[in-house]
Amino acid sequence: MLELDDIQHIVLTRVPSLTGRYEFLSFRHAAAGREWLKALSDTVRSTAAVRASNDKDRRWVTVAFTCNGLRTLGVDEASLGTFPAEFVQGMAARAATLGDMGANHPDNWIDKTNSPDLHAIAILFARDAAERQRCQTEHEKLIAQIEGAEVLSALDVEALPFDYPRDHFGYRDRISQPVIEGSDEVPTPGSGGPFKPGEFILGYPDDDGVQHPLPQPEILSRHGSFIAYRRLEEHVGRFRDFLREHGETPEGQELVAAKLMGRWRSGAPLILAPEKDDSALAADPQRNNDFNYKREDPLGYAMPLGAHIRRMNPRDTAPGMNHRRMIRRGSTYGPLLPEGAPDDGMERGLAALVICASLIRQFEFAQNVWINDRNFHELGNERDPIIGNQDGTLEFKIPKRPIRKKITGLPAFTTVRGGAYFFLPGIRALKWLATNGTPQVDETIG
Amino acid sequence: MTSKTSEVVLEQLKKQDWAQPVFMTIPKGGTFPEIVEEGRYGPIFPKTACCYGFSIFAKVKPGKEEAFYEHAQNVQKQFDENPTMIEAFEPLKLHYLRWVLIPWKNEMFFMYQAVFDTDFDKYIEDIMPVFASGLEVSFVNLEGWPEDWRTNIPAQNKFFREHHCPAFMEYASYPFVSADEVRKALKLKAAFSTVLDQMQ
Ligand code: HEM
Repeated sequence: MLELDDIQHIVLTRVPSLTGRYEFLSFRHAAAGREWLKALSDTVRSTAAVRASNDKDRRWVTVAFTCNGLRTLGVDEASLGTFPAEFVQGMAARAATLGDMGANHPDNWIDKTNSPDLHAIAILFARDAAERQRCQTEHEKLIAQIEGAEVLSALDVEALPFDYPRDHFGYRDRISQPVIEGSDEVPTPGSGGPFKPGEFILGYPDDDGVQHPLPQPEILSRHGSFIAYRRLEEHVGRFRDFLREHGETPEGQELVAAKLMGRWRSGAPLILAPEKDDSALAADPQRNNDFNYKREDPLGYAMPLGAHIRRMNPRDTAPGMNHRRMIRRGSTYGPLLPEGAPDDGMERGLAALVICASLIRQFEFAQNVWINDRNFHELGNERDPIIGNQDGTLEFKIPKRPIRKKITGLPAFTTVRGGAYFFLPGIRALKWLATNGTPQVDETIG
Repeated sequence: MTSKTSEVVLEQLKKQDWAQPVFMTIPKGGTFPEIVEEGRYGPIFPKTACCYGFSIFAKVKPGKEEAFYEHAQNVQKQFDENPTMIEAFEPLKLHYLRWVLIPWKNEMFFMYQAVFDTDFDKYIEDIMPVFASGLEVSFVNLEGWPEDWRTNIPAQNKFFREHHCPAFMEYASYPFVSADEVRKALKLKAAFSTVLDQMQ
């Protein structure tokens, strides 16, 4: 049984928001953090509560903490030591493992998420910009009232103005998503699952039936999850130049875009539409995710082995896949670059929230092996063409008869601009954190 | 002992040319300081002339020697009865696996030697579903093997890392070649023979 009245709604629900805002917070002492959390805690809703009123709600709030944040709120060292090491270290410290080197290195992040002072994220999703503005103003007032609370940075997120979810490069998004057993949702064909709750939420058995020991105290960790936040700038001008350079006709350019992603920009998967785009297939959730790789396309003639979605979910060509799925939330940010317009130098991209039960097994594995291992699938000298750490020396191979096409010197289409690991407590845990925590040894942190 | 890697070796590691046999010295500890990459559980043991791999060396719990031979018999029986079970090994991208018992004085040691084409950390995680597929695990008869290995991948990884004795010198006559490439080449050869036969 999933305890829907305790699990924060973001794990299990995708809300009908068009805008939003992420605020990154710091607290100088426990009292400030607790006061803030107390003030906010009625707006942070469980899955059950959001489901009951989704039609009426105009905004949705999620709150999560870094390890330093939990420490500042009074969680003692012995307890923190029972949390996974990668969470305790934080995303910036894991840069080498994640492939965040060169331009992607935390030293170059622009939103202070690389700072040890980062303690919490407040995620706001809103129906429209007016509601966002109202919430933002209210939150500003709240922060101004609390001595010792500070906003380090904030990011407005925005759905792009199309009738389906799209990223700045023009690809349809939000197609393949794992569904959790007991959530009442039905997975679309090809999405796998429903998955055991323990793959995403602490305190439940995982796919092997194993219930992993909970970090301490249990009241804090039960029904919590981990979030990997990534602010990924998309270099749209560079991406479009690349398509023009490697595709002679508009159709040829669409094909190059499709090969990089594994789906046409419409969303139609190359396995089911290898030669030509198919917009009806793209828009049909009963069909648009219903494929595998091993028998359908072992050598990558339809979908290159290195395409983004073939890396991020190798489906029947990787062992233990059920332990590696991730729930993707998040949103695009920044203004749309109109087709044909030169790059305007504005930052735009994807502010991704990746939710899982184990950062090291799910998110970090994806970063370390699927995205950045140069020899994944025996590809020799490739990384993920969309989000791999590209330094201009790597390639992308498109299998083709009689001989494959090899694109060398792939540019970086994205750059990491910020990121952090958060623990997303359940509703009861938030109350516990807000009202008491464990006894504080030292009220200030250095 | 100097930890500086020879320029020739660095060049070989970069080029990964299969056409020339390679001899290489590997620094103590098993990683090249010049090119060490950080994995999720610590530095990644690199792909060398003899590909990725490990030699796990551990002490057998007293009196448990026979358990290894029994285990081997059981595994053989399982494979005989269910030949498709061998597919469970596929994801490990193996060239070779060797299980060796080494009597020394009055004690028994165990060596598990593997040559494969995925990295060390990934191998150890990928082997979990193989274990889960019903194969018994002989490691439980080793000293230091974590009791909670089924649920505790970090502990399992730690055991492997602590008991791995990396090679310090290697020779390969077809270096860096993956098992997949070898199989592809042999298939190609077989296919060509058929083509040539058809052309007679
Ligand atoms: C700017 C950065 C990114 C872009 C433009 C992008 C784009 C896309 C698109 C268009 C899809 C196909 C739609 C779908 O299947 O839902 C997709 C799928 C996916 N992406 Fe990304 N993505 C980005 C970053 C990431 C990151 C950071 C992760 C996680 C570490 C990730 C993990 C996935 C996964 C797991 C899938 C589903 C694959 C499947 O189940 O077939 N992506 N992405």
